[in-house]
Amino acid sequence: MQSNALPNAEPIIKVINLHKSFGDLHVLRGVNMTVQPGEVVALIGSSGSGKSTLLRCLNRLETISEGQIIIDGIELNQSTKNINRIRREVGMVFQQFNLFPHMTVLENIVEAPIRVLKKSREEAVKTAMALLEKVGLADKKDTYPRKLSGGQQQRIAIARALAMNPKIMLFDEPTSALDPELVGEVLQVMRQLAREGMTMLVVTHEMGFAREVADRVIYMNNGVIEEEGPPEEVLTRPKSERLRAFLGHLK
Amino acid sequence: MLDFSLVAKYIPYLLEASLVTLEIAVLSIAIGLILGLFTALLRISGIRPLEAIARFYIWVTRGTPLLVQILLVYFGLPQLGIDIAPFPAAVLALGFNAGAYFAEIYRAGIQSIPKGQIEAAQSLGMGYPLIMRRIVLPQALRVSLPAMGNESITLLKDSSLASLVTVTELMMASQRFAASNYAFIEFYITAAVLYLVMTTFFSFILNRAEKRLSISDR
Repeated sequence: MQSNALPNAEPIIKVINLHKSFGDLHVLRGVNMTVQPGEVVALIGSSGSGKSTLLRCLNRLETISEGQIIIDGIELNQSTKNINRIRREVGMVFQQFNLFPHMTVLENIVEAPIRVLKKSREEAVKTAMALLEKVGLADKKDTYPRKLSGGQQQRIAIARALAMNPKIMLFDEPTSALDPELVGEVLQVMRQLAREGMTMLVVTHEMGFAREVADRVIYMNNGVIEEEGPPEEVLTRPKSERLRAFLGHLK
Repeated sequence: MLDFSLVAKYIPYLLEASLVTLEIAVLSIAIGLILGLFTALLRISGIRPLEAIARFYIWVTRGTPLLVQILLVYFGLPQLGIDIAPFPAAVLALGFNAGAYFAEIYRAGIQSIPKGQIEAAQSLGMGYPLIMRRIVLPQALRVSLPAMGNESITLLKDSSLASLVTVTELMMASQRFAASNYAFIEFYITAAVLYLVMTTFFSFILNRAEKRLSISDR
């Protein structure tokens, strides 16, 4: 797939010497990373390597212990205003979908645009319907999440995040909780999004997807970036011994 | 020996007294629901002094007899120069007491909502008040409804304690008529039946509410 990344633009994400500890557990040990607008980055690594934590630091679902995160020119710090500004620009998709069970599909999608962005209901519904068309679930607008399959729920969750018109989308193992036959429909939506030029960070175990869609693969191990580069290099000619072992295990 | 026909001519009075019982119950449930929500929000606020206030209130209220609380309000407040009539005294004491129990019910409901719900709302840029109001509380209330129903029925029965501060509710009326006619079994059984009718009515409403809330998403 052709890259939409803008190599010479100002990075949209800058992470400088990021550390994160949970009590005694030092999960991130100095991560440095930049992401260009339009770039698709796949984060891979074994569980406990810190890849999900890194993702969750980017919209402050985790506080950071040390270091700096700058997103679209806004520095993430303790100020609530900045956090909410950044969260509006950064969409997130979770492993467990986390749709709101007491709201219909449409209500799930229009909730934040109406309450946070103060859009009119009419406008929010219009955007939501366009997004539902895009993920192929327009006919489910009045359904409650429990009645939907995991794949459908995840597609709705993607639409919900997109309704905020984010500049960056974070995906935290978006297909890990899905039955194998439902993975494809979710990856299809993500592939489409990448093609449209969305900046995406995807924590994933789907190496096929990483190879096909990502501009860059980052392999994390023990809280640091151990190896990174274009997928064909990192996934076919890994330099690090550990990455070779990791990829070997997946096969 | 037993003569229930005796009760017949007192029925209008007993029904009127039942209405007072219902009024006490409904008003104190309303106070309890509001006070309880407020207390639960303090209790989980993460702000130490506020949490301590909430915990203290719950600890004292649940740890002392309701009767003591009612007597304190009715006889204690006038001693401090605050005049209070029997009916508001009973409602105030019962509502204050219910608030502590409702607070714990709310809290259990709120804490049963998965963390992922809150994270999803946060990631959409929603702030704490909005998340509470739109995402957490609507779900927590559904979880809490059965426990709130139980507490409401307990409250309705406990309203009989208001008779001890001279409110003419169902218990007070029954006692009076039982004594003057020397027909204790007749009047107390009638009172019991009237309480049963009211609690059954409460249960019925609650069941309806539970069913309605569960149709869409459970």
